[in-house]
Amino acid sequence: MAMLSFERKYRIRGGTLIGGDLFDFWVGPFYVGFFGVTTAFFAFLGTAMILWGASQGPTWNLWQINIAPPDLKYGLHFAPLMEGGLWQLITICALGAFGSWALREIEICRKLGMGLHVPFAFLMAVFAYFTLVVIRPVLMGAWGHGFPYGILSHLDWVSNTGYQYLHFHYNPAHMIAVTLFFTTTLALCMHGGLVLSSTNPQKGQPVKTPEHEDTFFRDFIGYSVGTLGIHRLGLFLALAAVFWSAVCIVISGPFWTRGWPEWWGWWLNLPIWR
Amino acid sequence: MEYQNLFTQVQVVGPIHEGIPLDRYDRRNRIGKPFLFHLMGRIGNAQIGPIYLGWLGIASLFFGTIAIQIMGWNMLASVNWSPIQFVKQFFWLSLDPPNPKYGLKLFMPLAEGGWWMMAGFFLTLAILLWWLRTYRRAVALGLGTHVAWGFLAAIWLFLVLGFLRPLLMGSWSEGVPFGIFSHLDWTAAFSLRYGNLFYNPFHMLSIAFLYGSVLLFAMHAGTILAVSRFGGEREIEQIVDRGTASERAALFWRWTMGFNATMESIHRWAWWFAVLTPLVGGIGILLTGTVVDNWYLWAVKHHVAPTYPNVFGGITVDPAATFVAPPPPVPQIPMQGMKP
Repeated sequence: MAMLSFERKYRIRGGTLIGGDLFDFWVGPFYVGFFGVTTAFFAFLGTAMILWGASQGPTWNLWQINIAPPDLKYGLHFAPLMEGGLWQLITICALGAFGSWALREIEICRKLGMGLHVPFAFLMAVFAYFTLVVIRPVLMGAWGHGFPYGILSHLDWVSNTGYQYLHFHYNPAHMIAVTLFFTTTLALCMHGGLVLSSTNPQKGQPVKTPEHEDTFFRDFIGYSVGTLGIHRLGLFLALAAVFWSAVCIVISGPFWTRGWPEWWGWWLNLPIWR
Repeated sequence: MEYQNLFTQVQVVGPIHEGIPLDRYDRRNRIGKPFLFHLMGRIGNAQIGPIYLGWLGIASLFFGTIAIQIMGWNMLASVNWSPIQFVKQFFWLSLDPPNPKYGLKLFMPLAEGGWWMMAGFFLTLAILLWWLRTYRRAVALGLGTHVAWGFLAAIWLFLVLGFLRPLLMGSWSEGVPFGIFSHLDWTAAFSLRYGNLFYNPFHMLSIAFLYGSVLLFAMHAGTILAVSRFGGEREIEQIVDRGTASERAALFWRWTMGFNATMESIHRWAWWFAVLTPLVGGIGILLTGTVVDNWYLWAVKHHVAPTYPNVFGGITVDPAATFVAPPPPVPQIPMQGMKP
């Protein structure tokens, strides 16, 4: 059932983190596991609350549905359910679901004898989310500094938060993050393109080798990082992009409250040319 | 916890690889004596070089250097040739596009955009030559030309920003300035002028593909490193003759999210996500100001954005809709070559 031709020999019980063989089975293509159950619990609960929140809101327009965080006046307390309390509960569910998902990935890695790179990478994204909705609001003293859950509303939040600091492009951590996002995409394009160009060569030619790939990049730019290196580089670039994104927002407010263009004053005031 | 293969612990030093042989004419262009650099070998290949510099490469570097020189010397001139001020103010310095009064004229005084036109022209030339080189190097080795077409997607966005959109808007002044902060200022001003680019659906798509690319690379690179103990990084081999590395990689995602790519298809996902980022982004820029004047009002009209409460009192009309252009300035100086 829903198994790939080679799948059966890999479906072995064991390798779970807790609970022995509790929930140690598959449903369709999915592995369940203890953390699959907790993932499902948090995901269903959170989604249900989003839907219920939407039903209490003014619109069913998918773009405009919005679950807002509490008003700033509630500080770091619980807010009434319809005044941001729902946002708080959904945030708890989201973090519960993300954490469970990461632990479930670890269990699957262990079953397959794989390294733990993917769950670690996923946790980096969870860390960025945690920074946005927990670390920064706590540092700023109110849950109301979290971002609202909604398609257009979160864009408005990003826009408004950016302009609170006058011009967010001047945030040095934002500069690093954006550069890393672009660089990762460039590297992904070159890696994907290179592998496809080797396995889909010129008409009538046999499939090429990693030596051809290395030669192409050496001819092209004088260096080829190699088949293993490109994956180390790609993972590093992607994780660094996420990490610096988290940094760029957590320093906006807790560390720097004025416009970001002003921050650069330290450079103009260096003693060497003052 | 077992070792996660983040660095090469034991470097195998073999003979230098001179590269797949090229034909006799082409071979002369592969230059530089390759050497090993140990620290690079900790992450990837230790070998640096050789590089192929044919006439396309040399011409591209030549024109690229001219473009950078034009930008640099203009910036130096803007701080009255003071090297200290050049370093101090470097992030703030800029080579700006022509004054709007020149429209689409090809020639204008150098200090009023002429230098920008030349820098842009030579930079474009350098990039297009480098593209040709990307294409030809792939063909010379019998490879497919996927990298070149990916590169072209980025060139498309570059051309939209500096050439195609100014052309449609009827003025080179619409181009992007060359400078660190100045191009960021341009971006912010552009977004504000056209009612916030976040409401531009192509911008939304481009961001989604940008983040998607980073997500995909983290997923893919993480997966390959995780199965590198089974030889997963030998992707071509795994594509043509599936081994346990591919099987485990596929099953990881199948068990996690119910779906998996194959060792080849993940690279198609990767290529398309990366290519679509500048492709749809360029479409979004090209439509801005030419077809759509205010993305917020566009989004309200199409029931994407809500109408926001009118807290600031009557900013319901797009200022651009009621804009009356001031009369053109009376020329003070007679045209060159004309008697007053």
